[in-house]
Amino acid sequence: MSATGLPSGRPLAGPSALGGDAGRLWRLTWTLAVTNFKLRFYGSALGYLWQLMRPLLLFGVLYVVFTEFVRLGGDIEHYPVVLLTGVMLFTFLSEATSGGVTSIVQSEALIRKVEFPRMAIPCSIVLTSLFNLGLNLVAVVVFAAISGVDFHTSLIQVPVIVGALCAFVLGIVLLTSAMFVRYRDIQPIWDVVLQMLFYGTPVLYPIEIVQERSAAAAEWLVTLNPFAAIVQQARHAFIDPTADSAAVAAGGWGHLAITGAITLAILVGGFLVFRRRAPYVAEEL
Amino acid sequence: MPPAVSVQSLSKGFRVPSEQVNTLKERVLHPLRGTRGARFEALRDVSFEVEQGEFFGIVGRNGSGKSTLLKCLAGIYRADGGQAWIDGRLSAFIELGVGFNMDLAARDNIRINAVMLGLSTRDARRREDEILEFAGLEQFQDLKIKNYSSGMLVRLGFAIMAHVDADVLLIDEVLAVGDAAFQQKCFDQFNRIRDEGRTVLFVTHDMGAVERYCDRAMLLEHGEMVVLGDAHRVGQEYLRVNFADVETAPEPDPAADEQAVEEEPETDPLRSTDGRAEIVRAWFEDAEGNESSALPHGERCAFAATVRFQAEVEHPLFGVVLQNDRDHTVFAASTAWTQERSGLFRAGDEVTYRVSFDNVFSGGRYFATPAVARRGAGVAWIDRREKFVTALVTSTRTTDAAVDIPYAIDLVRAEARTPAA
Repeated sequence: MSATGLPSGRPLAGPSALGGDAGRLWRLTWTLAVTNFKLRFYGSALGYLWQLMRPLLLFGVLYVVFTEFVRLGGDIEHYPVVLLTGVMLFTFLSEATSGGVTSIVQSEALIRKVEFPRMAIPCSIVLTSLFNLGLNLVAVVVFAAISGVDFHTSLIQVPVIVGALCAFVLGIVLLTSAMFVRYRDIQPIWDVVLQMLFYGTPVLYPIEIVQERSAAAAEWLVTLNPFAAIVQQARHAFIDPTADSAAVAAGGWGHLAITGAITLAILVGGFLVFRRRAPYVAEEL
Repeated sequence: MPPAVSVQSLSKGFRVPSEQVNTLKERVLHPLRGTRGARFEALRDVSFEVEQGEFFGIVGRNGSGKSTLLKCLAGIYRADGGQAWIDGRLSAFIELGVGFNMDLAARDNIRINAVMLGLSTRDARRREDEILEFAGLEQFQDLKIKNYSSGMLVRLGFAIMAHVDADVLLIDEVLAVGDAAFQQKCFDQFNRIRDEGRTVLFVTHDMGAVERYCDRAMLLEHGEMVVLGDAHRVGQEYLRVNFADVETAPEPDPAADEQAVEEEPETDPLRSTDGRAEIVRAWFEDAEGNESSALPHGERCAFAATVRFQAEVEHPLFGVVLQNDRDHTVFAASTAWTQERSGLFRAGDEVTYRVSFDNVFSGGRYFATPAVARRGAGVAWIDRREKFVTALVTSTRTTDAAVDIPYAIDLVRAEARTPAA
């Protein structure tokens, strides 16, 4: 205690998720994401092409298999564009979450030695993937234009759709990255869940195929899987306004509200878990 | 002026799980396992204050809790108990160049590092040139830092540290890397930072550095603060704690230990005694056995001290430590390592012990600290007289090294190539 009786300055708060300063969190997230992004493109002369290669190859294989061998999307308008859009959205989900799970552990050197808002690490992973998605969507737009897709005013929904996807992905990344510090089997578990999400989402197959079998099953698929709702809405808004919107496919706005609630719960739940663990990750690593 | 840092009964423990639960599967199968488990208290009830502009040392051995304390103050660990107040902006440097990305150029690394340390983007940008200039790396600014030499990397790290505008700097052994010349440069930087009125908390186990640069220091041992005071006193205590552990021997006499603590006089900081014996006189001898304070390099010389016992002591240890004028310990001798048992001494006995050695030391002034100690753990000095006598080693050459041991250099010249005729 000083002679004046009271210590001055700010009391020490210790490490936290947000660091008590939103501006600093955002600056750091942005700087880290830009750095990651740059590094990927510095790495090779063909930077952008390499970045496109992975989703394009996946798309190529799926396209050949599902138009030539198994005619899944035969009578769907612009099936290749629908497929490519779905693949790009899934690539974003897969890339952000796979990188996100291990992000805290991978940044051990930083976390153990520097004080900074811990959330910057998972957020920067999502942001880097978002940059990549932006580039990939340019390719989708070019492909769509070549394929003769008419663009509609509903394109203005794209930011909303991407925003919802980001919320969903960020929630997952916050939750899994914080838990992975303690439970190292989260990563293989997440790989399996990712596979389930891929097949549980109308990417390869159009939702119409499920609807033909059972209308109720299709509704629940879209209601309970936020990613399915997002992909469906993207198809409706971006490629084919005659296709069901997410609300219609889910079986009404009431059901879509459940989807929204699930997304929100994942985001808030992920944040709460992360915030709880953040002060202790440095010592648990 | 209010203190720059104020810490009140700070505590920090770590969970040491008896059975580690590492997977979610195990957690689900055994929901209760691993919830208990011992706690390791790394810091216990530590309180201190650091004044504005002070250079404050935090000293302790490995595992004493000094790095935990630093990490709590740096905001990397959350303390379990107690509180701390920091007046002004704080920056911690646990390691130089944390977060450097080897695949990026210096400029990008500076920006990332500065933003991570809390600078705004604009400030970070504005400071890039200053930092590059300070580090003397302008012509290498676009080179990926994986191509930098280690010296360049360190310069870059230091330049960033010096430019983040922190009022309080926490520094942890960053100086452990680099050669003596570089360490000197680091300390020049520290002095400059201090002259600017900033506060520095410096964690180290290098007592020499603490005594030379710190205004005050604090000694931590097993997570508790042992002493807080001027750097020299803390240095003494540190040596004492360290030396005490070297003597591994039978059970200490607890009663005697208590007595020892009680009787320790506080008056002479250079002397530690429990009153059972007294080092009455000490001196150096030259090759002829004559008392001398000038010892020619290369000859067989000796150190001798006379001890008078005031109480009965069985098998005490006799020893001496030689330090040069840079406070480096260059030589330590003790019967602990040569004679198991030195015998029984009764009150009134007087003994002279003589340590003869080949004088391989470089020219310069040396200080001898004779000591008599009891065997046992803990602080067990019977009498120790810090820098009791001094001698000058005379030498015809100046090497600037601590010792000048006999050596030979062979030059083997390769077969001379005769130019073609």
